[in-house]
Amino acid sequence: MVYITRIEHFNAAHKLYNPAWSREQNDAVFGKCANDNWHGHNFELHVTIKGTPNPDTGFVYDVKRLSVIVQEHVIEKLDHKNLNMDVDFMAGKLCSIENLVISIWQQLVPHLPQGVQLHRLKLTETPRIFVEYYGD
Amino acid sequence: MANKVAVFRKEHFNAAHRLHNPLWDEATNDKVFGKCNNPHYHGHNYELIVKLTGVPDPATGYVYDLKLLSDLVRDEILERFDHRNLNLDTVEFKDLNPTAENIAVVIYDILREKIAKELDLHIRLYETERNFVEYPAI
Repeated sequence: MVYITRIEHFNAAHKLYNPAWSREQNDAVFGKCANDNWHGHNFELHVTIKGTPNPDTGFVYDVKRLSVIVQEHVIEKLDHKNLNMDVDFMAGKLCSIENLVISIWQQLVPHLPQGVQLHRLKLTETPRIFVEYYGD
Repeated sequence: MANKVAVFRKEHFNAAHRLHNPLWDEATNDKVFGKCNNPHYHGHNYELIVKLTGVPDPATGYVYDLKLLSDLVRDEILERFDHRNLNLDTVEFKDLNPTAENIAVVIYDILREKIAKELDLHIRLYETERNFVEYPAI
């Protein structure tokens, strides 16, 4: 079993804000991340799949093809967007990276060819903050 | 004749912005700025490197106390721009397109007033890992 990772980038605006709470409660919990007019990040998405190398190609899966799938179904929806306002698969959700990574997993899996097993998503929000999700 | 030494302080902030020229129509803005023109904004992690060049003070050995430089950048730059919308939340970019170029010049102008003229000031600003600008250009 080999794990192979493709890294993609996007940048986006967002805010952390719970509409069910008062302004004061949002400020107390989310601090400056609750800024009404948004802030933003350069995000990095690590997509790791796993499998046994194909004896004819030596590939678990062609990572260039993996890149095209991730670009088309994930990155194009997120890049240079407002995560709270512009992204259909984040509608009505709190825009934390925890929720974002779960939503990206759900968004990506149906578009992966049969036999391609997604192992892990790693999503970095800043050079010092990242999340990992293994689908469970 | 003492030698000049360059000292650096690296800081981070993140912010939302959009690139937009209000004098142009939507089509022109879209053509020139592409997805950076998104009316709902997008954002970046900015990395700021402030460089000061000068002769070390014989009494301290410092060109500039880097703790004080850190405090200055935090108070003057990060407090202004971190977790903000550069277009909406700052006076500096109310009528100025917040490109990396313009942000670097604005940061330079703010810090230049606070740092002794004997020291050369230079700003490097990363908008992404791959896009960065320097001011003044040397």
